[in-house]
Amino acid sequence: MTAGASPSPAPGRFGGFGGRYVPEALIPALEQLEEVWRKAAVDPEFVGELERLHRTYTGRPSIITEVPRFAQHCGGARVLLKREDLNHTGSHKINNVLGQALLTARMGKTRVIAETGAGQHGVATATAAALLGLDCVVYMGQKDTERQALNVARMRLLGAEVIPVRHGSQTLKDAVNEAFRDWVANVTTTHYVLGTVTGPHPFPEMVREFHRIIGVEARQQVLDLVGRLPDVVCACVGGGSNAMGIFHRFIDDAAVRLVGLEAGGSGIESGHHAARFSTGLPGVLHGAFTYVLQDEDGQTIESHSVSAGLDYPSVGPEHAYLRESGRAEYRPITDTEAMQAFSLLCRTEGILPAIESAHALAGAMQLGRELGRDAVILVNLSGRGDKDVHTAARWFGLIEPDAPDDLGTTR
Amino acid sequence: MSADRSEDTSEERVRPGTQGRGAAAGMSADRSEDRSEGRVRPGTQGRGAAEHTSVEPILRRCQDEGRAALIAYLPVGFPSVEGSIEAMRVVVEAGVDIVEIGMPYSDPVMDGAVIQDAAVRALERGVRLRDVFTAARAVTDPAGQAAGCVVMTYWNPVLRYGIERFAADLAAAGGSGVITPDLIPDEAGDWIAAAETHGLDRIFLVAPSSTPERLAAVTSACRGFVYASAVMGVTGARASVGEAAHDLVSRTREATDLPVCVGLGVSTGEQAAEVGRFADGVIVGSALVRCLTEAASEAAGRAALGDLARELADGVRGARG
Repeated sequence: MTAGASPSPAPGRFGGFGGRYVPEALIPALEQLEEVWRKAAVDPEFVGELERLHRTYTGRPSIITEVPRFAQHCGGARVLLKREDLNHTGSHKINNVLGQALLTARMGKTRVIAETGAGQHGVATATAAALLGLDCVVYMGQKDTERQALNVARMRLLGAEVIPVRHGSQTLKDAVNEAFRDWVANVTTTHYVLGTVTGPHPFPEMVREFHRIIGVEARQQVLDLVGRLPDVVCACVGGGSNAMGIFHRFIDDAAVRLVGLEAGGSGIESGHHAARFSTGLPGVLHGAFTYVLQDEDGQTIESHSVSAGLDYPSVGPEHAYLRESGRAEYRPITDTEAMQAFSLLCRTEGILPAIESAHALAGAMQLGRELGRDAVILVNLSGRGDKDVHTAARWFGLIEPDAPDDLGTTR
Repeated sequence: MSADRSEDTSEERVRPGTQGRGAAAGMSADRSEDRSEGRVRPGTQGRGAAEHTSVEPILRRCQDEGRAALIAYLPVGFPSVEGSIEAMRVVVEAGVDIVEIGMPYSDPVMDGAVIQDAAVRALERGVRLRDVFTAARAVTDPAGQAAGCVVMTYWNPVLRYGIERFAADLAAAGGSGVITPDLIPDEAGDWIAAAETHGLDRIFLVAPSSTPERLAAVTSACRGFVYASAVMGVTGARASVGEAAHDLVSRTREATDLPVCVGLGVSTGEQAAEVGRFADGVIVGSALVRCLTEAASEAAGRAALGDLARELADGVRGARG
């Protein structure tokens, strides 16, 4: 495994992507995490406890909802929403967080840290910490604390300490940097509840496994409702956890198209976006070899999106692999397209989606028009939009603009 | 942004442990912009010669003098490329044995506030990866007071530049090796191969959390020296660095005969002396960088830098006296 050894793949590779690009100081913690997780995954006690929390705390299984009025704008295709927005805390993030919080207790650690962009993962982590009696610190880019002030307050109400990160771009990537710095210094007492399917092994695989329940449930629900598998599964992709969660159970169903929707921001040509698969290149960021927005010296390029949760310059390594292998396809959705879909779902179905999830809805509109009325499209509605009311109200001119302009698109 | 290279006559460069003329000849007179395309160091002169580019002989020489070596981290490009090279000359004249040239990176997860701040400012001022080679040439230039030279860089800039190309260009510039804070040997197959080809040291980190198994695995992949991070945490001055560092160095020595150098937290001559009693090298970064970031002028920064470097150099020299 070391000097001169053959380049046999290190653990946690998806094709050539993934790996462990972190300081040596963290390797023992990652090894411990993997060991504890792999044992827990086959331990009936752990599996049973997580299942009980899903059922009695999160509200699983989440339902699927057919949205015929919205589907009229999707070429007449049948559109089904997997309602992760109805989970406790308002998004899919709770699935992963409960799993990692239980592992934290198993490792004998008493403190959790997390990064957050939109605040959904931070809220979920603060929630799980409250539930299990763990100390909780959440790192959040200063700009995101302004964009998502409501979620900052939620986390503090739940007893978490929220630390605004003022380095670099002051968004999600810098929050991740700061969380890693904290973790290196406090690793003996602290577990880093990484919120998406990237980072060093075992995070990409482990976080995917905690979210895999989304696709497991949805696949059966679609079969029960429609009598066949969907033609397409759509999900938004920031780091990519909700997408991996719903995609994974369908990977062996070769006829089901898997489509990830990235944040196209102000448009690819504008340079202001988070479409890693449009202009990014393979590289290392935050512990994983994957697609990264980077300049010709390998410096990270800041991403841009109206959606704080998709505003991230890198993407989970398994997505890089699914894209390279051709199993999944990825498209950019601009801020404007996402906000149109956001508005449309509100008005046609009475469902307020997270702006992140609205990217997946916009993808469904495109694919429905391409495939026509025989198509069945499953969309992962990964979160609800309560947190985005302020941003949306300003986008659509429903309230007086604030003095400082803190809209993502204008950053 | 490009630094003055006029005085660089590396064909003649013979610094202690340099590989001799054959290697440098490949650099030719063309040192304008990008010199790297497809360059393979001529001959790569076989293993014996390649090993001579290591900084290990410098560390052994210091051992013979009964002291630890002093290794100074300075980021290239801050306050400017030229200014950073000036700063490197200042610390070498003050008695630093090896300069650790830091490549600024947008996402430095192992660095504390001082080095982050310098990195951000250097990037804003347009520092490029290729400036590392300019600095390496200057530091190892025998026309001045030459010192050993290694580069500290996060991995993505090297990946983007090309591992083989980076190794070739660094070796051609007189650099001895690379410290890789976010690359562990397990992921470093391509780098180890390129370093082997070009005779470069690969300096991996060990930490207080490292198990005996990890210490054995990591040190067996190292060449030049082993970088022992004294504390769990990021770069930056600490009030105390002693005990955990001492314990780590002892445990590391059980795994390897390579020199073991201690980094993270050292900021004073007294601490340098303390660490120098048990380590083969004392690595100082943030405290030196702060001299530059907090100075009222570049000249004042260099003066403060020289004072601190002399204090640290005295520290390692007095340590075992």
